[in-house]
Amino acid sequence: MTATVEVRAVSHRFGDTVALDSVSLAIEPASYTVLLGPSGSGKTTLLSILGGFLVPDEGAVWIDGRDCTTLPPARRPTATVFQDYALFPHMSVGGNVAFGLRMRRVARGQRERRVQEALGLVGLPDAASRRPHELSGGQRQRVALARSLVVEPAVLLLDEPLGALDLKLRRQMQDELKAIQQRVGTAFVHVTHDQEEAMALADHCVVMNHGRIEDQGPPERVYLRPATRFTATFMGESTLIPGTVAGHRDGRVVIDTPLGRLEIAADGPSGGEVTLALRPEHVRNGPADGDGVPLGTGVVAEVVFQGSFKRVTVQGLAVPLLARLPAEHPVRPGDRLTLHCEPRHMVLLTL
Amino acid sequence: MSRLVPWLTVGPAVLWTLLFFILPLVLMAWTSLQPLQGDGPGLGNYVAFFTNPSYWRALVNSLEVTALVTVLAVLLAYPFAWVLAEQVPERWQRLALVLAILPFWTSYLVRSYSWLLVLAEQGVVNGALVGAGLLSEPLRLANTRAATVIGFVHFFVMLLTLTIFASLKQLSPSYRKAAADLGAGPLRTFVYIVLPLTLPGIMVGAFLTFVLAIGDYVTPQILGGNTELLMPQLIMLQIGRRGDFPLASALSLILMLVVTVAYLGCARWLRLERV
Amino acid sequence: MAHRLPRVVGALYAALIYGFIFLPVVVLVLFSLQATTLPVPPFTGPSLRWYDAVLSDRRLTAALGNSLLVALLSSALAVVLGFLAAWGLARFRPPGSGLWRALLTLPLMVSYLIIGMGLLILLNQLGAPRSRVSAGIGHVVINLPLCFAILYSQMGEQQARAEQAARDLGAAEWQVLLLITAPMLWPALFASFFLSVTFSWDEFIIAFLLTRFDTTLPVEIWNLLRAGLNPRTNAVGALVFLVSAVLVASIELVVLRRRRS
Repeated sequence: MTATVEVRAVSHRFGDTVALDSVSLAIEPASYTVLLGPSGSGKTTLLSILGGFLVPDEGAVWIDGRDCTTLPPARRPTATVFQDYALFPHMSVGGNVAFGLRMRRVARGQRERRVQEALGLVGLPDAASRRPHELSGGQRQRVALARSLVVEPAVLLLDEPLGALDLKLRRQMQDELKAIQQRVGTAFVHVTHDQEEAMALADHCVVMNHGRIEDQGPPERVYLRPATRFTATFMGESTLIPGTVAGHRDGRVVIDTPLGRLEIAADGPSGGEVTLALRPEHVRNGPADGDGVPLGTGVVAEVVFQGSFKRVTVQGLAVPLLARLPAEHPVRPGDRLTLHCEPRHMVLLTL
Repeated sequence: MSRLVPWLTVGPAVLWTLLFFILPLVLMAWTSLQPLQGDGPGLGNYVAFFTNPSYWRALVNSLEVTALVTVLAVLLAYPFAWVLAEQVPERWQRLALVLAILPFWTSYLVRSYSWLLVLAEQGVVNGALVGAGLLSEPLRLANTRAATVIGFVHFFVMLLTLTIFASLKQLSPSYRKAAADLGAGPLRTFVYIVLPLTLPGIMVGAFLTFVLAIGDYVTPQILGGNTELLMPQLIMLQIGRRGDFPLASALSLILMLVVTVAYLGCARWLRLERV
Repeated sequence: MAHRLPRVVGALYAALIYGFIFLPVVVLVLFSLQATTLPVPPFTGPSLRWYDAVLSDRRLTAALGNSLLVALLSSALAVVLGFLAAWGLARFRPPGSGLWRALLTLPLMVSYLIIGMGLLILLNQLGAPRSRVSAGIGHVVINLPLCFAILYSQMGEQQARAEQAARDLGAAEWQVLLLITAPMLWPALFASFFLSVTFSWDEFIIAFLLTRFDTTLPVEIWNLLRAGLNPRTNAVGALVFLVSAVLVASIELVVLRRRRS
């Protein structure tokens, strides 16, 4: 299967700032790709280059088997849902959705049918005659989606589409976006800085930082087996434990850390500095048993109640550790905790 | 094609301005170097301006009248705009403002003429004063510098009320609340907060007044008559009676230079592009 | 009592300024309504004699037509040129855009008299006749900077993004301009057209210098003014004021109603 979009070694600078540094990316047909990263990571620049709003300094963009690098937005098979939706305030909802079809000289009858279809798809079948300013934020978002989908793009680009919505609506729209994407079967590329949004939506998650792709793959893999230190701390939280490779034994890597000598089942370098990443939810309360890795005993410095769990910072160990305890656990700052984890939950990072 | 779009859109306006504004000014500069008769081109017209007292007297008159008008108009308009913005209830403010500038929309020739009706020897003011027995003889009010100044001030009070009102309304009320909260009384709030924050608006309005007043021919011609000449009257005199375009051009360029110097002098306070 | 004093002083002052502002207009209208040949006190009772005289004056009605024609056409041109330039400069920032912006707003700083005289010299050089066309050209020169400045200040981010969206959906540049930018800027376009019409309608010195036979209304009023105090001038002035007042009032009403809805 050939990719719908292929980004080949694209670089772009704004003045002295490198916005994108030799980025390559393939987007499969009918997939939901999420570009995830902090502000300034280059994710929006990459989306603009895909949409044709920016021509990259170097590299090429192929869409549907065509070199689109220098094609203007109007002439490439992409459509963009803008961050503030950019609905045309002087047109009705129907006029907005029909706009792209008008530009393509679709006959009136067919146009009206397709507008109705698109509005039905996003759950606003009766909104055609209303004005954008009469709609709620969530409804505007749906109109913007319908307006872009009605022209049947090969790729739909979404620039922080849920950023303007409140949290509850955001989670709800998230589910709808995913459902709509599966129904229409168009490839979606979605930019966000919200890692929960990314994990909930993505088939393919691309983590970006400083103009580079740090990691990409299915969100489960990226979360559980992050490739870099940045990914381990940006996609959810991790405690990073510095270490030195001491050698290999029985297909396991032996690493000296401030917490003592640990053995990890992994392929690893034969020597040098490495980092171990440990998710807070994998830190267990109590002394190690059997296969467990003892992490030592420390003092609780901070407890933050998060609803479904308590986020605890434990100090007095060789490395301050983040852990999650059940919400009903009576832990308080100053308590002493003995912690351990399972070796399979420790991720060995060399980058 | 898309590379041409900026030039296709900006080009016509730029071309228009170059052809019908810059080119005439260039021609005017060239004309100002020509003598009316005789010799070749030279600075004769400029020399004439600086050596003939009746010529540069017109510039002095213009500057005096314009300065007086600007100061008077600001002093009259500021308290008026303040009353409109602060003391008139919110829902009536728009109406109050529209009323305050309604005569602005009359023809400006007619506006000057109306003051002639008021100030003439048989006019309303003299009629009232003589009728009331306060005067035995009518005063000479029309055809004086005072009449010119009154006519100008009338126009510019309206203009300045508009701009000062706008800058007073733009002021966020929280500044004043903060000042009051920190212990400033109404007077100190005004002096330290309101006045400095509205000063840019005042400066822009005052500069506009200066530019428009110094270049106006109609008001001094109708109300001031020919008792003393202001620059625009002197310029028109050269074109009208004598057909002396070279001297008129030189005088015009001197007037432009004065405005430019005034602009550079207060450019610091004028950010015209923000208006 | 003490804190009511400023309000009383304020009200008195406002009344005084309103009086100053309206005094000449009231006098003008009042004495346009009396039949005597001099518009001076004492007021001798209402008569529409001079309105009748003015409205049946061929020269004045012809000048009125010329004024309207020049005002509407020159304003339309000024708005179109100003709109295109503002859009091009705001959106594409072509090289030297600061310079072009300065050039386009420069005429605001120059007195109408000088602009008119410059154009007169240009006409003389070209051997072209003075006419309604040359006056119209002059009015575009004075109104273009205004239209440009107003419209340039309105080219905001919101329009820019809507334009991007339109391009993304396949619109060509002219379609973006016609279907997105112009409708979104409709209030500003209307305002700059209205202001231009008012300025052109009222403009005297350029029309005086650049027209010869097809003069505009202000030039005809000027000719009337030469006769000194003249009830015809009162009548013309009162009529112009009435029309402007009705126009301004109706625009106010439209704006207010729009804002309410």
